[in-house]
Amino acid sequence: MAFKIKKGILYFLLVLLALTCMLPFALMMINATRTGADIVSGFTFIPGNALKENWETVFDYFNLFKGIWNSVLVSVPATLLCAYFSTLTAYGLAFYEFKGNKVIFGAILAFMMIPGQLSLIGFYQLCTKLHLVNSYIPLIIPAIAAPGTVFFLRQYILSSLPKSLIEAARIDGASEIYSFHKIVTPIVAPAVATMGIMAFIGNWNSYLLPMILINKTDKMTLPVMMATLKASNHINSNQGAIYLSVAISIIPILLVFIAFSKYIISSVSAGAIKE
Amino acid sequence: MTKKKSKVTAYNNWGYAFVAPFVIVFCIFSIYPVLRTLYLSFTNLKVVGDADIIGFKNYIRVLSDKFFWIALWNTVRIWIVNIVLQLGLAFLLMMVFSDVKYKMRGLPVFRIIYYLPNIIAATSIAFLFSTLLDWRYGTFNIIIKSIYDLFGARYNPVNWIGSSATAGYTVAVIQSWMWFGNSFLMLMAGVQSINRDYFEAAAIDGAGRWTIFGKITLPLIKPIMMYVAITSLIGGLQMFDLPFLMIETASSAYGSVQTVMMYLYKFGFTTGTTQVGYASAVAYVLFLIILTVSVVELKLFRGKGDK
Repeated sequence: MAFKIKKGILYFLLVLLALTCMLPFALMMINATRTGADIVSGFTFIPGNALKENWETVFDYFNLFKGIWNSVLVSVPATLLCAYFSTLTAYGLAFYEFKGNKVIFGAILAFMMIPGQLSLIGFYQLCTKLHLVNSYIPLIIPAIAAPGTVFFLRQYILSSLPKSLIEAARIDGASEIYSFHKIVTPIVAPAVATMGIMAFIGNWNSYLLPMILINKTDKMTLPVMMATLKASNHINSNQGAIYLSVAISIIPILLVFIAFSKYIISSVSAGAIKE
Repeated sequence: MTKKKSKVTAYNNWGYAFVAPFVIVFCIFSIYPVLRTLYLSFTNLKVVGDADIIGFKNYIRVLSDKFFWIALWNTVRIWIVNIVLQLGLAFLLMMVFSDVKYKMRGLPVFRIIYYLPNIIAATSIAFLFSTLLDWRYGTFNIIIKSIYDLFGARYNPVNWIGSSATAGYTVAVIQSWMWFGNSFLMLMAGVQSINRDYFEAAAIDGAGRWTIFGKITLPLIKPIMMYVAITSLIGGLQMFDLPFLMIETASSAYGSVQTVMMYLYKFGFTTGTTQVGYASAVAYVLFLIILTVSVVELKLFRGKGDK
Protein backbone atom coordinates (compact mmCIF):
# COMPACT_ATOMS: atom_id res chain seq x y z
CA MET A 1 0.00 0.00 0.00
CA ALA A 2 2.76 2.43 0.94
CA PHE A 3 4.37 1.52 -2.35
CA LYS A 4 1.26 2.51 -4.26
CA ILE A 5 0.94 5.80 -2.41
CA LYS A 6 4.59 6.66 -3.06
CA LYS A 7 4.16 5.82 -6.71
CA GLY A 8 1.06 7.99 -6.83
CA ILE A 9 2.97 10.91 -5.31
CA LEU A 10 5.72 10.48 -7.88
CA TYR A 11 3.21 10.57 -10.74
CA PHE A 12 1.61 13.62 -9.18
CA LEU A 13 4.98 15.42 -9.10
CA LEU A 14 5.76 14.41 -12.68
CA VAL A 15 2.42 15.77 -13.87
CA LEU A 16 2.96 18.94 -11.84
CA LEU A 17 6.29 19.47 -13.56
CA ALA A 18 4.68 18.86 -16.94
CA LEU A 19 2.07 21.50 -16.09
CA THR A 20 4.86 23.92 -15.18
CA CYS A 21 6.25 23.41 -18.67
CA MET A 22 2.94 24.22 -20.28
CA LEU A 23 1.44 26.81 -17.90
CA PRO A 24 3.25 29.88 -19.30
CA PHE A 25 2.00 28.96 -22.77
CA ALA A 26 -1.53 28.44 -21.48
CA LEU A 27 -1.48 31.84 -19.75
CA MET A 28 -0.20 33.31 -23.01
CA MET A 29 -3.02 31.78 -25.07
CA ILE A 30 -5.68 33.01 -22.68
CA ASN A 31 -4.26 36.49 -22.24
CA ALA A 32 -3.84 36.88 -25.99
CA THR A 33 -7.62 36.99 -26.23
CA ARG A 34 -8.15 39.54 -23.45
CA THR A 35 -7.86 43.31 -23.43
CA GLY A 36 -4.90 45.01 -21.76
CA ALA A 37 -7.23 46.43 -19.09
CA ASP A 38 -8.74 43.01 -18.32
CA ILE A 39 -5.32 41.39 -17.95
CA VAL A 40 -4.16 44.03 -15.51
CA SER A 41 -7.29 43.81 -13.39
CA GLY A 42 -7.04 40.09 -12.61
CA PHE A 43 -6.53 36.62 -13.97
CA THR A 44 -9.12 34.18 -15.21
CA PHE A 45 -8.90 30.95 -17.20
CA ILE A 46 -11.84 32.06 -19.33
CA PRO A 47 -10.67 33.48 -22.68
CA GLY A 48 -11.76 37.03 -23.47
CA ASN A 49 -13.16 38.39 -26.73
CA ALA A 50 -10.49 40.94 -27.65
CA LEU A 51 -8.58 38.67 -30.02
CA LYS A 52 -9.54 40.74 -33.07
CA GLU A 53 -8.65 44.00 -31.35
CA ASN A 54 -5.27 42.65 -30.20
CA TRP A 55 -4.64 41.24 -33.66
CA GLU A 56 -5.14 44.70 -35.16
CA THR A 57 -2.77 46.25 -32.61
CA VAL A 58 -0.12 43.65 -33.38
CA PHE A 59 -0.31 44.00 -37.16
CA ASP A 60 -0.51 47.77 -36.87
CA TYR A 61 2.90 47.60 -35.28
CA PHE A 62 4.65 44.92 -37.36
CA ASN A 63 3.90 42.28 -39.95
CA LEU A 64 4.75 39.06 -38.14
CA PHE A 65 3.83 36.95 -41.17
CA LYS A 66 6.55 38.74 -43.11
CA GLY A 67 8.97 37.82 -40.29
CA ILE A 68 7.84 34.20 -40.43
CA TRP A 69 8.28 34.16 -44.21
CA ASN A 70 11.76 35.71 -43.91
CA SER A 71 12.70 33.05 -41.35
CA VAL A 72 11.52 30.38 -43.81
CA LEU A 73 13.66 31.99 -46.54
CA VAL A 74 16.71 31.70 -44.29
CA SER A 75 16.12 28.47 -42.38
CA VAL A 76 14.96 26.17 -45.17
CA PRO A 77 17.89 26.74 -47.58
CA ALA A 78 20.36 26.78 -44.68
CA THR A 79 19.02 23.44 -43.42
CA LEU A 80 19.06 21.83 -46.86
CA LEU A 81 22.61 23.02 -47.56
CA CYS A 82 23.74 21.87 -44.13
CA ALA A 83 22.18 18.42 -44.62
CA TYR A 84 23.51 17.85 -48.14
CA PHE A 85 27.04 19.19 -47.74
CA SER A 86 27.56 17.74 -44.27
CA THR A 87 26.69 14.29 -45.63
CA LEU A 88 29.00 14.82 -48.60
CA THR A 89 31.87 16.00 -46.40
CA ALA A 90 31.33 13.28 -43.81
CA TYR A 91 31.36 10.62 -46.52
CA GLY A 92 34.47 12.13 -48.10
CA LEU A 93 36.28 12.10 -44.77
CA ALA A 94 35.10 8.63 -43.76
CA PHE A 95 35.67 6.72 -47.01
CA TYR A 96 38.53 8.35 -48.89
CA GLU A 97 42.17 8.44 -47.96
CA PHE A 98 43.74 11.63 -49.21
CA LYS A 99 46.31 14.10 -48.06
CA GLY A 100 44.88 16.54 -45.57
CA ASN A 101 42.03 14.27 -44.46
CA LYS A 102 43.35 14.13 -40.89
CA VAL A 103 44.06 17.86 -40.82
CA ILE A 104 40.50 18.68 -41.83
CA PHE A 105 39.10 16.28 -39.26
CA GLY A 106 41.33 17.85 -36.61
CA ALA A 107 40.08 21.32 -37.56
CA ILE A 108 36.50 20.06 -37.28
CA LEU A 109 37.13 18.73 -33.78
CA ALA A 110 38.79 22.00 -32.77
CA PHE A 111 35.98 24.15 -34.13
CA MET A 112 33.36 22.08 -32.33
CA MET A 113 34.96 23.31 -29.12
CA ILE A 114 35.33 26.93 -30.22
CA PRO A 115 32.41 29.04 -29.07
CA GLY A 116 30.62 31.04 -31.75
CA GLN A 117 31.29 34.40 -30.12
CA LEU A 118 34.96 34.11 -31.05
CA SER A 119 34.23 34.60 -34.74
CA LEU A 120 31.38 37.08 -34.33
CA ILE A 121 33.35 40.30 -34.74
CA GLY A 122 35.56 39.03 -37.57
CA PHE A 123 32.46 37.61 -39.26
CA TYR A 124 30.66 40.92 -39.10
CA GLN A 125 33.72 42.78 -40.41
CA LEU A 126 33.94 40.33 -43.30
CA CYS A 127 30.27 40.86 -44.14
CA THR A 128 30.61 44.66 -44.16
CA LYS A 129 33.65 44.35 -46.42
CA LEU A 130 31.76 42.09 -48.84
CA HIS A 131 28.64 44.32 -48.66
CA LEU A 132 26.61 41.47 -47.22
CA VAL A 133 24.88 43.45 -44.48
CA ASN A 134 21.10 43.08 -44.86
CA SER A 135 21.67 40.09 -47.10
CA TYR A 136 20.68 36.50 -46.29
CA ILE A 137 23.88 35.08 -47.79
CA PRO A 138 25.90 35.21 -44.54
CA LEU A 139 23.00 33.53 -42.74
CA ILE A 140 22.65 30.72 -45.31
CA ILE A 141 25.99 29.91 -46.97
CA PRO A 142 27.99 29.19 -43.76
CA ALA A 143 25.56 26.29 -43.15
CA ILE A 144 27.60 24.37 -45.75
CA ALA A 145 30.38 24.08 -43.15
CA ALA A 146 28.82 22.75 -39.93
CA PRO A 147 31.57 20.96 -37.96
CA GLY A 148 29.27 19.33 -35.39
CA THR A 149 26.98 17.84 -38.03
CA VAL A 150 29.90 16.57 -40.11
CA PHE A 151 31.48 14.98 -37.04
CA PHE A 152 28.28 13.20 -36.07
CA LEU A 153 27.57 11.97 -39.62
CA ARG A 154 31.15 10.79 -40.10
CA GLN A 155 30.85 8.59 -37.01
CA TYR A 156 27.48 7.36 -38.22
CA ILE A 157 28.79 6.51 -41.70
CA LEU A 158 31.80 4.67 -40.28
CA SER A 159 29.57 2.52 -38.08
CA SER A 160 26.68 1.86 -40.45
CA LEU A 161 27.97 1.87 -44.02
CA PRO A 162 29.92 -1.24 -45.08
CA LYS A 163 32.92 -0.46 -47.31
CA SER A 164 32.19 -3.54 -49.39
CA LEU A 165 28.95 -1.97 -50.59
CA ILE A 166 30.80 0.92 -52.23
CA GLU A 167 33.46 -1.42 -53.62
CA ALA A 168 30.80 -3.61 -55.17
CA ALA A 169 29.28 -0.57 -56.81
CA ARG A 170 32.71 0.39 -58.19
CA ILE A 171 33.13 -3.05 -59.73
CA ASP A 172 29.71 -2.62 -61.32
CA GLY A 173 31.04 0.59 -62.86
CA ALA A 174 29.09 3.09 -60.77
CA SER A 175 30.66 6.54 -60.57
CA GLU A 176 31.59 7.92 -57.15
CA ILE A 177 28.96 10.64 -57.38
CA TYR A 178 26.36 8.07 -58.36
CA SER A 179 27.32 5.85 -55.41
CA PHE A 180 27.03 8.79 -53.07
CA HIS A 181 23.55 9.75 -54.23
CA LYS A 182 22.12 6.29 -54.72
CA ILE A 183 23.82 4.18 -52.05
CA VAL A 184 25.16 6.44 -49.31
CA THR A 185 22.33 8.94 -48.89
CA PRO A 186 19.51 6.39 -48.42
CA ILE A 187 21.51 4.59 -45.73
CA VAL A 188 22.41 7.70 -43.74
CA ALA A 189 19.04 9.39 -44.32
CA PRO A 190 17.71 8.76 -40.76
CA ALA A 191 20.82 10.33 -39.20
CA VAL A 192 20.71 13.23 -41.64
CA ALA A 193 17.04 13.83 -40.82
CA THR A 194 17.83 13.95 -37.10
CA MET A 195 20.67 16.41 -37.57
CA GLY A 196 18.67 18.38 -40.15
CA ILE A 197 15.73 19.00 -37.86
CA MET A 198 18.06 20.25 -35.13
CA ALA A 199 19.84 22.51 -37.62
CA PHE A 200 16.47 23.88 -38.66
CA ILE A 201 15.41 24.67 -35.10
CA GLY A 202 18.79 26.27 -34.41
CA ASN A 203 18.51 28.44 -37.52
CA TRP A 204 14.91 29.30 -36.86
CA ASN A 205 15.59 30.47 -33.29
CA SER A 206 18.89 32.19 -33.99
CA TYR A 207 18.89 35.77 -32.75
CA LEU A 208 22.31 37.37 -32.19
CA LEU A 209 23.81 36.94 -35.67
CA PRO A 210 20.72 37.96 -37.69
CA MET A 211 20.18 40.85 -35.28
CA ILE A 212 23.67 42.15 -35.99
CA LEU A 213 23.44 41.63 -39.76
CA ILE A 214 19.85 42.66 -40.54
CA ASN A 215 18.55 46.11 -39.73
CA LYS A 216 15.97 46.66 -42.47
CA THR A 217 12.49 45.97 -41.09
CA ASP A 218 11.24 44.16 -44.20
CA LYS A 219 14.21 41.77 -44.08
CA MET A 220 14.08 40.88 -40.39
CA THR A 221 13.74 37.24 -39.41
CA LEU A 222 11.10 36.35 -36.83
CA PRO A 223 13.27 36.53 -33.66
CA VAL A 224 14.80 39.85 -34.76
CA MET A 225 11.37 41.27 -35.50
CA MET A 226 10.08 40.02 -32.14
CA ALA A 227 12.98 41.73 -30.39
CA THR A 228 11.82 45.12 -31.69
CA LEU A 229 8.98 44.78 -29.17
CA LYS A 230 11.48 45.93 -26.58
CA ALA A 231 11.61 49.42 -28.02
CA SER A 232 7.90 49.78 -28.70
CA ASN A 233 5.66 51.83 -26.43
CA HIS A 234 2.72 51.63 -28.79
CA ILE A 235 2.30 47.91 -28.27
CA ASN A 236 3.70 47.74 -24.75
CA SER A 237 0.69 49.54 -23.33
CA ASN A 238 -1.46 46.58 -24.35
CA GLN A 239 -0.33 43.32 -22.77
CA GLY A 240 -2.90 41.37 -24.78
CA ALA A 241 -1.12 42.38 -27.98
CA ILE A 242 2.26 41.29 -26.61
CA TYR A 243 0.87 37.87 -25.64
CA LEU A 244 -0.66 37.55 -29.09
CA SER A 245 2.66 38.47 -30.75
CA VAL A 246 4.46 35.83 -28.72
CA ALA A 247 1.74 33.29 -29.51
CA ILE A 248 1.96 33.93 -33.25
CA SER A 249 5.75 33.75 -33.13
CA ILE A 250 5.63 30.37 -31.38
CA ILE A 251 3.05 28.62 -33.56
CA PRO A 252 5.28 27.69 -36.55
CA ILE A 253 7.97 25.99 -34.46
CA LEU A 254 5.28 24.33 -32.34
CA LEU A 255 3.83 22.76 -35.50
CA VAL A 256 7.32 21.56 -36.47
CA PHE A 257 7.72 20.10 -32.99
CA ILE A 258 4.40 18.29 -33.14
CA ALA A 259 5.23 16.86 -36.57
CA PHE A 260 8.83 15.85 -35.82
CA SER A 261 8.96 15.31 -32.05
CA LYS A 262 10.13 11.73 -32.58
CA TYR A 263 13.16 12.89 -34.59
CA ILE A 264 13.87 15.75 -32.21
CA ILE A 265 13.85 13.52 -29.15
CA SER A 266 16.08 10.93 -30.79
CA SER A 267 18.43 13.66 -31.98
CA VAL A 268 18.97 15.03 -28.47
CA SER A 269 19.57 11.50 -27.24
CA ALA A 270 22.01 10.83 -30.07
CA GLY A 271 23.92 13.95 -29.10
CA ALA A 272 24.53 12.48 -25.67
CA ILE A 273 25.75 9.09 -26.84
CA LYS A 274 27.99 10.27 -29.68
CA GLU A 275 31.03 11.23 -27.65
CA MET B 1 49.53 -4.52 -58.72
CA THR B 2 50.67 -1.00 -59.59
CA LYS B 3 47.66 -0.62 -61.80
CA LYS B 4 45.36 -1.55 -58.94
CA LYS B 5 47.13 0.86 -56.62
CA SER B 6 46.81 3.77 -59.04
CA LYS B 7 43.14 3.01 -59.45
CA VAL B 8 42.64 3.16 -55.69
CA THR B 9 44.45 6.50 -55.61
CA ALA B 10 42.19 7.73 -58.39
CA TYR B 11 39.17 6.78 -56.31
CA ASN B 12 40.67 8.47 -53.28
CA ASN B 13 41.14 11.70 -55.20
CA TRP B 14 37.36 11.97 -55.21
CA GLY B 15 37.72 12.72 -51.52
CA TYR B 16 39.09 16.15 -52.41
CA ALA B 17 36.04 16.93 -54.51
CA PHE B 18 33.68 15.77 -51.76
CA VAL B 19 35.20 17.88 -49.00
CA ALA B 20 36.06 20.92 -51.19
CA PRO B 21 32.80 22.90 -50.66
CA PHE B 22 33.08 22.39 -46.92
CA VAL B 23 36.72 23.43 -46.82
CA ILE B 24 36.18 26.59 -48.90
CA VAL B 25 33.20 27.80 -46.88
CA PHE B 26 34.88 26.76 -43.63
CA CYS B 27 37.99 28.81 -44.42
CA ILE B 28 36.02 31.91 -45.42
CA PHE B 29 33.28 31.93 -42.78
CA SER B 30 34.87 30.12 -39.81
CA ILE B 31 38.65 30.19 -39.82
CA TYR B 32 39.13 33.64 -41.32
CA PRO B 33 36.71 35.41 -38.89
CA VAL B 34 38.34 33.73 -35.88
CA LEU B 35 41.81 34.80 -37.02
CA ARG B 36 40.55 38.25 -37.99
CA THR B 37 39.10 38.70 -34.49
CA LEU B 38 42.48 37.66 -33.07
CA TYR B 39 44.27 40.25 -35.22
CA LEU B 40 41.77 42.98 -34.34
CA SER B 41 42.23 42.27 -30.64
CA PHE B 42 45.77 43.66 -30.97
CA THR B 43 44.64 46.88 -32.69
CA ASN B 44 42.95 50.06 -31.55
CA LEU B 45 40.23 49.90 -34.26
CA LYS B 46 37.18 51.86 -33.16
CA VAL B 47 34.51 51.46 -35.87
CA VAL B 48 35.98 51.54 -39.38
CA GLY B 49 39.11 52.83 -41.01
CA ASP B 50 42.76 52.48 -40.19
CA ALA B 51 44.04 51.15 -36.92
CA ASP B 52 47.40 50.71 -35.27
CA ILE B 53 48.72 47.59 -33.64
CA ILE B 54 48.93 48.30 -29.92
CA GLY B 55 50.16 44.98 -28.56
CA PHE B 56 48.46 43.60 -25.46
CA LYS B 57 46.94 46.93 -24.39
CA ASN B 58 43.37 45.79 -25.06
CA TYR B 59 43.90 42.64 -23.01
CA ILE B 60 45.36 44.61 -20.13
CA ARG B 61 42.38 46.93 -20.31
CA VAL B 62 39.91 44.02 -20.24
CA LEU B 63 41.56 42.49 -17.22
CA SER B 64 41.71 45.78 -15.36
CA ASP B 65 38.16 46.88 -16.13
CA LYS B 66 35.95 46.48 -13.09
CA PHE B 67 32.85 46.14 -15.28
CA PHE B 68 34.32 43.17 -17.13
CA TRP B 69 34.78 41.34 -13.84
CA ILE B 70 31.28 42.27 -12.73
CA ALA B 71 29.95 40.93 -16.03
CA LEU B 72 31.97 37.74 -15.59
CA TRP B 73 30.71 37.29 -12.03
CA ASN B 74 27.11 37.89 -13.17
CA THR B 75 27.51 35.27 -15.89
CA VAL B 76 29.06 32.70 -13.54
CA ARG B 77 26.49 33.35 -10.81
CA ILE B 78 23.56 32.96 -13.21
CA TRP B 79 25.18 29.84 -14.69
CA ILE B 80 25.76 28.18 -11.31
CA VAL B 81 22.16 28.67 -10.17
CA ASN B 82 21.03 27.54 -13.60
CA ILE B 83 23.16 24.38 -13.79
CA VAL B 84 22.34 23.27 -10.25
CA LEU B 85 18.61 23.51 -10.94
CA GLN B 86 18.77 22.18 -14.48
CA LEU B 87 21.04 19.24 -13.84
CA GLY B 88 19.55 18.55 -10.40
CA LEU B 89 16.05 18.31 -11.78
CA ALA B 90 17.20 16.25 -14.77
CA PHE B 91 19.07 13.94 -12.40
CA LEU B 92 16.05 13.42 -10.13
CA LEU B 93 13.85 12.71 -13.14
CA MET B 94 16.40 10.25 -14.46
CA MET B 95 16.41 8.49 -11.05
CA VAL B 96 12.63 8.28 -11.04
CA PHE B 97 12.36 6.91 -14.57
CA SER B 98 15.22 4.45 -14.24
CA ASP B 99 14.16 3.09 -10.87
CA VAL B 100 13.97 -0.68 -10.99
CA LYS B 101 11.36 -0.90 -8.24
CA TYR B 102 8.82 1.71 -9.29
CA LYS B 103 9.05 1.10 -13.05
CA MET B 104 7.41 4.44 -13.88
CA ARG B 105 5.49 4.63 -17.16
CA GLY B 106 4.68 7.40 -19.57
CA LEU B 107 8.26 8.36 -20.39
CA PRO B 108 7.53 8.97 -24.11
CA VAL B 109 4.85 11.54 -23.23
CA PHE B 110 6.62 13.18 -20.28
CA ARG B 111 9.87 13.68 -22.12
CA ILE B 112 8.16 15.46 -25.01
CA ILE B 113 6.43 17.86 -22.61
CA TYR B 114 9.61 18.45 -20.61
CA TYR B 115 11.50 19.20 -23.79
CA LEU B 116 8.85 21.61 -25.13
CA PRO B 117 10.27 24.88 -23.67
CA ASN B 118 13.63 24.12 -25.28
CA ILE B 119 12.48 24.37 -28.90
CA ILE B 120 11.03 27.85 -28.58
CA ALA B 121 13.14 30.88 -29.47
CA ALA B 122 14.69 32.67 -26.51
CA THR B 123 13.34 35.94 -27.92
CA SER B 124 9.74 34.73 -27.63
CA ILE B 125 10.41 33.25 -24.18
CA ALA B 126 11.96 36.55 -23.08
CA PHE B 127 8.88 38.60 -23.97
CA LEU B 128 6.50 35.98 -22.63
CA PHE B 129 8.18 36.05 -19.23
CA SER B 130 8.96 39.75 -19.04
CA THR B 131 5.23 40.35 -19.56
CA LEU B 132 4.09 37.58 -17.19
CA LEU B 133 6.55 38.73 -14.52
CA ASP B 134 5.89 42.46 -14.77
CA TRP B 135 6.00 43.87 -11.27
CA ARG B 136 2.68 45.71 -11.21
CA TYR B 137 0.66 44.38 -14.13
CA GLY B 138 2.06 40.90 -14.74
CA THR B 139 -0.23 37.89 -14.52
CA PHE B 140 2.26 36.07 -12.31
CA ASN B 141 2.08 38.55 -9.45
CA ILE B 142 -1.68 38.92 -9.93
CA ILE B 143 -2.12 35.16 -9.44
CA ILE B 144 0.16 35.12 -6.36
CA LYS B 145 -1.75 38.06 -4.93
CA SER B 146 -5.10 36.36 -5.37
CA ILE B 147 -3.73 33.27 -3.60
CA TYR B 148 -2.54 35.49 -0.72
CA ASP B 149 -5.94 37.19 -0.66
CA LEU B 150 -7.58 33.80 -0.33
CA PHE B 151 -5.76 33.33 2.97
CA GLY B 152 -6.26 36.92 4.00
CA ALA B 153 -2.54 37.66 3.77
CA ARG B 154 -0.98 40.72 2.19
CA TYR B 155 1.35 40.18 -0.76
CA ASN B 156 4.15 42.62 -1.31
CA PRO B 157 4.73 42.25 -5.07
CA VAL B 158 8.22 40.96 -5.90
CA ASN B 159 9.89 42.86 -8.70
CA TRP B 160 11.15 39.70 -10.41
CA ILE B 161 13.03 41.27 -13.29
CA GLY B 162 13.34 44.88 -12.20
CA SER B 163 15.34 44.58 -9.00
CA SER B 164 18.99 43.66 -8.81
CA ALA B 165 18.32 41.24 -5.93
CA THR B 166 16.08 38.92 -7.96
CA ALA B 167 16.72 39.57 -11.68
CA GLY B 168 19.71 37.24 -11.98
CA TYR B 169 17.89 34.39 -10.25
CA THR B 170 14.81 34.94 -12.37
CA VAL B 171 16.88 34.63 -15.53
CA ALA B 172 18.62 31.54 -14.14
CA VAL B 173 15.30 29.85 -13.29
CA ILE B 174 13.87 30.57 -16.75
CA GLN B 175 17.06 29.25 -18.33
CA SER B 176 16.74 26.06 -16.25
CA TRP B 177 13.09 25.77 -17.23
CA MET B 178 14.17 25.93 -20.87
CA TRP B 179 17.00 23.41 -20.57
CA PHE B 180 16.22 20.76 -17.91
CA GLY B 181 14.29 18.68 -20.47
CA ASN B 182 17.32 18.65 -22.71
CA SER B 183 19.60 17.45 -19.90
CA PHE B 184 17.03 14.89 -18.83
CA LEU B 185 16.81 13.45 -22.35
CA MET B 186 20.58 13.13 -22.49
CA LEU B 187 20.85 11.43 -19.10
CA MET B 188 17.97 9.12 -20.00
CA ALA B 189 19.66 8.23 -23.28
CA GLY B 190 22.68 7.25 -21.20
CA VAL B 191 20.62 5.04 -18.90
CA GLN B 192 18.88 3.37 -21.84
CA SER B 193 22.19 2.60 -23.48
CA ILE B 194 23.25 0.50 -20.47
CA ASN B 195 23.07 -3.21 -21.09
CA ARG B 196 19.92 -4.61 -19.39
CA ASP B 197 21.90 -7.73 -18.40
CA TYR B 198 23.85 -5.74 -15.82
CA PHE B 199 20.67 -4.87 -13.96
CA GLU B 200 19.35 -8.40 -14.13
CA ALA B 201 22.65 -9.92 -13.02
CA ALA B 202 22.82 -7.49 -10.10
CA ALA B 203 19.23 -8.26 -9.13
CA ILE B 204 19.96 -12.00 -9.17
CA ASP B 205 22.96 -11.37 -6.91
CA GLY B 206 20.53 -9.70 -4.50
CA ALA B 207 21.63 -6.10 -4.99
CA GLY B 208 19.12 -3.52 -3.76
CA ARG B 209 17.88 -0.74 -5.98
CA TRP B 210 20.18 1.82 -4.37
CA THR B 211 23.19 -0.41 -4.86
CA ILE B 212 22.20 -0.91 -8.48
CA PHE B 213 21.82 2.84 -8.94
CA GLY B 214 25.09 3.67 -7.21
CA LYS B 215 27.24 0.88 -8.64
CA ILE B 216 25.86 0.48 -12.14
CA THR B 217 23.75 3.40 -13.33
CA LEU B 218 25.78 6.24 -11.86
CA PRO B 219 29.27 5.25 -13.05
CA LEU B 220 28.01 4.41 -16.53
CA ILE B 221 26.23 7.71 -17.12
CA LYS B 222 29.07 9.81 -15.73
CA PRO B 223 30.56 10.61 -19.15
CA ILE B 224 27.18 11.95 -20.23
CA MET B 225 26.86 14.09 -17.12
CA MET B 226 30.26 15.49 -17.94
CA TYR B 227 29.15 16.17 -21.51
CA VAL B 228 25.98 17.92 -20.30
CA ALA B 229 27.95 19.99 -17.78
CA ILE B 230 30.54 21.09 -20.32
CA THR B 231 28.10 21.94 -23.12
CA SER B 232 25.95 23.84 -20.65
CA LEU B 233 29.03 25.69 -19.44
CA ILE B 234 30.05 26.70 -22.95
CA GLY B 235 26.49 27.83 -23.65
CA GLY B 236 26.05 29.42 -20.23
CA LEU B 237 29.18 31.56 -20.39
CA GLN B 238 27.92 32.91 -23.71
CA MET B 239 24.49 33.73 -22.32
CA PHE B 240 22.95 36.69 -24.11
CA ASP B 241 19.38 36.55 -25.47
CA LEU B 242 17.37 36.17 -22.26
CA PRO B 243 19.01 38.84 -20.04
CA PHE B 244 19.59 41.17 -23.00
CA LEU B 245 15.91 41.19 -23.95
CA MET B 246 14.29 40.80 -20.54
CA ILE B 247 16.06 43.43 -18.50
CA GLU B 248 15.58 47.09 -19.40
CA THR B 249 18.87 48.89 -20.00
CA ALA B 250 17.74 51.71 -17.76
CA SER B 251 16.61 49.41 -14.94
CA SER B 252 18.61 49.18 -11.73
CA ALA B 253 18.81 45.41 -12.26
CA TYR B 254 20.81 45.80 -15.47
CA GLY B 255 24.18 45.95 -13.71
CA SER B 256 23.48 42.66 -11.94
CA VAL B 257 22.57 40.72 -15.07
CA GLN B 258 24.91 42.18 -17.67
CA THR B 259 26.71 39.08 -18.94
CA VAL B 260 30.11 38.94 -20.65
CA MET B 261 28.38 38.60 -24.02
CA MET B 262 26.29 41.70 -23.31
CA TYR B 263 29.50 43.48 -22.36
CA LEU B 264 31.07 42.31 -25.64
CA TYR B 265 27.99 43.41 -27.57
CA LYS B 266 28.21 46.86 -26.02
CA PHE B 267 31.73 47.40 -27.39
CA GLY B 268 31.40 45.34 -30.55
CA PHE B 269 28.08 46.41 -31.97
CA THR B 270 26.39 49.24 -30.07
CA THR B 271 26.43 52.60 -31.81
CA GLY B 272 28.31 55.16 -29.78
CA THR B 273 30.31 52.72 -27.66
CA THR B 274 31.83 50.70 -30.51
CA GLN B 275 35.49 49.78 -30.00
CA VAL B 276 36.01 46.80 -32.25
CA GLY B 277 39.61 46.15 -31.16
CA TYR B 278 38.66 46.11 -27.52
CA ALA B 279 35.58 43.93 -28.09
CA SER B 280 37.77 41.41 -29.95
CA ALA B 281 40.06 41.17 -26.94
CA VAL B 282 36.98 40.55 -24.75
CA ALA B 283 35.99 37.69 -27.09
CA TYR B 284 39.40 36.06 -26.71
CA VAL B 285 39.52 36.49 -22.95
CA LEU B 286 36.10 34.85 -22.71
CA PHE B 287 37.29 32.05 -24.97
CA LEU B 288 40.36 31.43 -22.79
CA ILE B 289 38.16 31.35 -19.69
CA ILE B 290 35.79 28.84 -21.30
CA LEU B 291 38.72 26.71 -22.42
CA THR B 292 40.35 26.72 -18.98
CA VAL B 293 37.17 25.87 -17.11
CA SER B 294 36.29 23.10 -19.59
CA VAL B 295 39.71 21.52 -19.17
CA VAL B 296 39.50 21.76 -15.37
CA GLU B 297 36.00 20.29 -15.43
CA LEU B 298 37.21 17.46 -17.65
CA LYS B 299 40.14 16.75 -15.33
CA LEU B 300 37.90 16.75 -12.25
CA PHE B 301 35.52 14.22 -13.75
CA ARG B 302 38.30 12.05 -15.11
CA GLY B 303 40.18 12.22 -11.80
CA LYS B 304 37.21 10.94 -9.83
CA GLY B 305 36.66 8.12 -12.29
CA ASP B 306 40.17 6.73 -11.75
CA LYS B 307 39.76 6.08 -8.04
